[in-house]
Amino acid sequence: MTTTTGSRRRLRGGGGIHGREGVAGWVFTAPMIVVLGLFLFIPVLMALYVSFTNWNGNGSPFQGGQNAQWVGASNYTSLFTEDGLKRSTFMQSLANNFWYVLLVVPLQTAISFFLALIVSNRFLKGKGFFRTAFYFPSVTSSIAISVVFLFLFANSGAVNAVLETFGVKGPAWFSDSRGLLHLLLQAFGVGDSPSWAQGEVLGRSVWDWLSGPSVAMCVIIILAIWTTTGTFMLMFLAALQDLPGEVDEAAMLDGVSPWQKLRYVTLPMLKPTIFLVTTLGLIGTWQVFDQIYVMGKGAPGNTTLTPAFLSYKQSFTSLQYGSGAAMSFIVFLLIVALTAFQRWVMRDKDAPRRRRRTPGGATAAAVANDQVAGVPAGRTR
Amino acid sequence: MTRRTTGWKLILFYVVLVLFSVIYLYPFLIQIATSFKTDSSATDSPLSLIPHPFDPSAWKRIFGIGGDNSVPIMRWLGNSVVITLVVTAARVFFDSLAGYALSRLRFRGRGFLFGTVLAVMSVPGVALLIPKFLMVSYLGIYDTYSAMVLPLLVDAAGVFIMKQFFDSIPVSVEEAARIDGAGVFRTFWSVVLPMARPALITLTILSFQGSWNEFTHFLVTTQSPELKTLVTGLASLASGDLGAGSQYPLKLGAALLTTIPVALLFFAFQRQFVRGANEGGDKG
Repeated sequence: MTTTTGSRRRLRGGGGIHGREGVAGWVFTAPMIVVLGLFLFIPVLMALYVSFTNWNGNGSPFQGGQNAQWVGASNYTSLFTEDGLKRSTFMQSLANNFWYVLLVVPLQTAISFFLALIVSNRFLKGKGFFRTAFYFPSVTSSIAISVVFLFLFANSGAVNAVLETFGVKGPAWFSDSRGLLHLLLQAFGVGDSPSWAQGEVLGRSVWDWLSGPSVAMCVIIILAIWTTTGTFMLMFLAALQDLPGEVDEAAMLDGVSPWQKLRYVTLPMLKPTIFLVTTLGLIGTWQVFDQIYVMGKGAPGNTTLTPAFLSYKQSFTSLQYGSGAAMSFIVFLLIVALTAFQRWVMRDKDAPRRRRRTPGGATAAAVANDQVAGVPAGRTR
Repeated sequence: MTRRTTGWKLILFYVVLVLFSVIYLYPFLIQIATSFKTDSSATDSPLSLIPHPFDPSAWKRIFGIGGDNSVPIMRWLGNSVVITLVVTAARVFFDSLAGYALSRLRFRGRGFLFGTVLAVMSVPGVALLIPKFLMVSYLGIYDTYSAMVLPLLVDAAGVFIMKQFFDSIPVSVEEAARIDGAGVFRTFWSVVLPMARPALITLTILSFQGSWNEFTHFLVTTQSPELKTLVTGLASLASGDLGAGSQYPLKLGAALLTTIPVALLFFAFQRQFVRGANEGGDKG
């Protein structure tokens, strides 16, 4: 509304303070408009166009001709309907990422909640140290951390050395493409690809769909949990500190056990934070890229391939920019849908807690968003 | 927790916490130790924290002592430092300019601009790889410093943080300055910015950390070895593009060098980091 009053006053004041403000407003935001417009907004439109062509990296993608023919929506539809290697690889990447999400999100939420509960204990000394220790991995470079994990999980690395002291022979982590669920099923005597799992869905056998994350993917899963729990723990800690003390005291006077308190008081009151952490996790886990680049680029057997990485590979290695761009827009849509869902659910819930910091209250959606976009100081993926 | 938390329970908590601390910190200790090991002792005794024999040759190679320049880590370091400083300075300035305008200045289209900033913030970074490459090639700046720096000069999340901060401080001081006849920029520069110190510190840290750790943007906008930063250089070193053998001490040393600046910043400004984590921040 301020814009209308501003312009009305400007008309009346004729070049007074608000006239200058009008110009200043655009001058102050000009660098932002130029940079975000030129390197974000327009490029996304360009990529959208390219996703409807078969550009191969030669010449300009915008001049048509042999190198960049308009192919309509076929880059999108072929990923779902056209039998072949491209579809099966894309489907495999979706499955890989799905298993990744399925393990990372619950585990990172549970562990970070658990750590926050313990660290917030009133009688505990050295809180600062523990908080720092758990948070530190989340602020370091994802590439640097991945290099450390390459060493830790090497065949003769630290993890296998630890396993050895327990008499377990560790796997060759990075070259083991066996699926976790397959290994589990086999342990229960289910043979390799039984008859009930022979049927094909979207170009892959049911058995393949049910592989679970590969052993190699598990390393990336562990890495993701290890680097994100610190950030999420801080969110839970902040929420725990915001819990009103009276509830605590009332619960104590009523003589409820700690378990009952956790189950019937703390958990329900932390619902918004749990929701926030889960959705941030969902948004982050579909974007995993850096770790995959360092840890094998999809190998072994494409089992660490994710749609985001496949779209990069399809474009920059296979030089099929059209279909790579189409894949990235599918990931894009998925993440935007998750973000929109989160903003929609959180549109009011977060307002009361934040009110003191954001007067006006109307910015609740923005605050929710700030956390969404705030792939924060600490990593959420 | 309740008053019942006493005695053995507290001990149990400490045991759990110490166990987790080991899991979270031991990898870094191994990293430091291994960077002083020989290639063979790195894999022979991966868990030991005392390098035996002690061998600083990985660090000599990192610092370019001894003439072996097959892995030009100092060059990468130089690129990282320059780019990080330029990007951080620009972001702090431009983000606060825009944040201030969106919070305080009344002009037509402000609501629309802010809405756009919010929308831009929800665009996932991984969906921007091909777009950025297309634009940078279109402008003819692919594989140049311009391509590395220009797109990073402003970030929507930083604008958002500054806007939120300016929303939270009272207008009265600025109004006094305005009445005294100070212009808009004057007021912003010498009255408002000094009051915004806490937010500026947070923004500086987030920008530094974000541009120092940046990977995907440089991956798609450059290809020359001369333009590698510590992070992109490390990534190519790790994926075996440079030299044969596992070279773990060298790789872990380079990774450590990449970690140190952000780690120092982290320990110096822990409080701001925590605030950053809870209030939003930079895209990775």
